[in-house]
Amino acid sequence: MAIITQDPQPAVAHVPATPRRRRLRLPRAPKLVLGVSIASAVVLFGVVGPYLVGNPSSVRDVGLAGPTSEFILGTTQTGQDVFAQLAHATRGSLTIGLVVGALTLVLSAFFGIVGAFAGGWLDETFSLISNVMLVIPGLPLVIVISSYIPEKSIWLIAAVLALTGWAGSARVLRGFTLSLRNRDYVLAARVSGERSWRILSVEILPNLIPLLASQVVFAIIFAILGEAGLSFLGLGASGSFTWGTMLFYAQNGLALRLGAWWWFIPPGLLLALFGAALSLINFSIDEIINPKLRAQTRSDRKKWSMSRAQLKDAAEVTV
Amino acid sequence: MTTLEFKDVVKDYTLRNGLKASTLRAVDHVSFTLAPGRTVALVGQSGSGKSTIAKLLMQLERPTSGEILVDGRPMQRRGAGLRQYRKAVQMVFQDPFASLNPYHTVGHHLARPITLHHPEYSRTQVRARVLELLARVRLDPAQEYVDRRPHELSGGQRQRVAIARALAPGPGILVADEPVSMLDVSIRLGVLNLLATLQREEDLGVLYITHDLATARHFSDEIMVLYRGAVVERGPADDVILNPQHPYTKLLAEAAPDPERRLAELNGGVRDDDAVPA
Ligand SMILES: Nc1ncnc2c1ncn2[C@@H]1O[C@H](COP(=O)(O)OP(=O)(O)OP(=O)(O)O)[C@@H](O)[C@H]1O
Ligand SMILES: [Mg+2]
Repeated sequence: MAIITQDPQPAVAHVPATPRRRRLRLPRAPKLVLGVSIASAVVLFGVVGPYLVGNPSSVRDVGLAGPTSEFILGTTQTGQDVFAQLAHATRGSLTIGLVVGALTLVLSAFFGIVGAFAGGWLDETFSLISNVMLVIPGLPLVIVISSYIPEKSIWLIAAVLALTGWAGSARVLRGFTLSLRNRDYVLAARVSGERSWRILSVEILPNLIPLLASQVVFAIIFAILGEAGLSFLGLGASGSFTWGTMLFYAQNGLALRLGAWWWFIPPGLLLALFGAALSLINFSIDEIINPKLRAQTRSDRKKWSMSRAQLKDAAEVTV
Repeated sequence: MTTLEFKDVVKDYTLRNGLKASTLRAVDHVSFTLAPGRTVALVGQSGSGKSTIAKLLMQLERPTSGEILVDGRPMQRRGAGLRQYRKAVQMVFQDPFASLNPYHTVGHHLARPITLHHPEYSRTQVRARVLELLARVRLDPAQEYVDRRPHELSGGQRQRVAIARALAPGPGILVADEPVSMLDVSIRLGVLNLLATLQREEDLGVLYITHDLATARHFSDEIMVLYRGAVVERGPADDVILNPQHPYTKLLAEAAPDPERRLAELNGGVRDDDAVPA
């Protein structure tokens, strides 16, 4: 268990002489840099990759073969180019993540923020809906729906994942909006004569952005992993490539038993890397929201503690 | 100029405690009048219903019964009437650390009410008015403060910004809910003196909410003492302080035994520039 001790906060010094105009101070933490660079590399591969490779489904009679100069990541049992498949699978998985992220953003913002802000029966209704969605067990429902529909596009899978996943975010957003709604600055805006929609969009929403961002990033991780799980069980989208379907076919083709590492390691690795990158981004966002989580470096702490002379002065003053 | 009449107002809150519901009477048949150029102090301990009266005045709550009259007519709760009301009645909140949005600049806080109440102003006119307001609350040089965010200001400076925001629509009535209780003792008198000066200049009717009898006596013409939602004593400031009738007022007066000394104390600790000796 981690014990969090509160470091002495630096005494807020006098107002800085020069006004600083930085919007959002992004901590230049290695975590954020690493997360963003890995994620953008994967995204770049998913966007550009498919244009550079051949048809991922075309069958050749080379059979299962390891990496060669022609096929950098080898071929599958039926002679399909693994690298080509990987490029298309990356695009497929990212599409699902993106769609689910966007849908979750819209649904949870609507049910969480609008409900909490409006209050009254609208809030009651909206939180009832999200509570019901929250207790419906997501993955089993997805499995049931998926097994009923034989021909599934990735859009359908994404919609199902989004529908079962938004409620948690909506609850988090609702709680935070409720606390923002009664802040004095919101009341002051109302006293100034500001209209409701403007209070919501200009006074409240900006303060919710970091939280929204972290919810969306979380939804993307959830969607990509969820889809991979479904596909691995054979319940995924039919006729399109994702990291999950690649793993499913590799499993079916006995890649593990035959030692065909070039078939299952690349999609697995990308999945793990992308998930890790998004988690790193999420940790950094959390640190922006909650500065207490920021691990202080040694030099930071040194700045805060008093020098020996200062300590002596302080002792004299308090005596 | 606006005259505001609070007439026999009651505010009940329903407290839900599990299945049982009980009512809490936060404001109990309170009446008073706010007239231009006069300051009325509302004194009472914590939880006596002072902020609730302020919220009722700002239409952030609805009275359970009773009326609030503006120049003799019932207050308007929607449309053009509400806009008129918002322009005429403004408020300074208690906590300057909570009443300014951390996300927006000082300029935004002042420009919004100006554009809301004067849609005909051009950008440059709004900007000029913002700078003028900042200068009025002695934030000089104004240019240096417009683009700052609240966290880059001290408590006293923030409260000045909040006062400027309240003045932006050009109100006739100002409600100040414990405007200095969150500030350091040494800068309180500066802010209060600023409020008094502005009141004289603009001929404002002020409701000064506080639990400090000394400043209530010094800055107001009339004092009302609130106890558990009801006004238990009222009258000219000096009478109430020097000759308290109600036991609760006596208790309050004893708690702050020597108003003159207390004011002198406040004055002694002042380092603010525009604090004038009391
Ligand atoms: N929204 C609410 N729901 C229920 N009770 C409330 C609500 N707002 C205030 N009250 C109650 O009404 C009473 C008066 O509260 P109010 O905030 O007006 O006190 P106050 O005189 O301003 O106190 P303070 O000096 O601490 O600011 C309190 O007992 C409070 O608990
Ligand atoms: Mg109060």
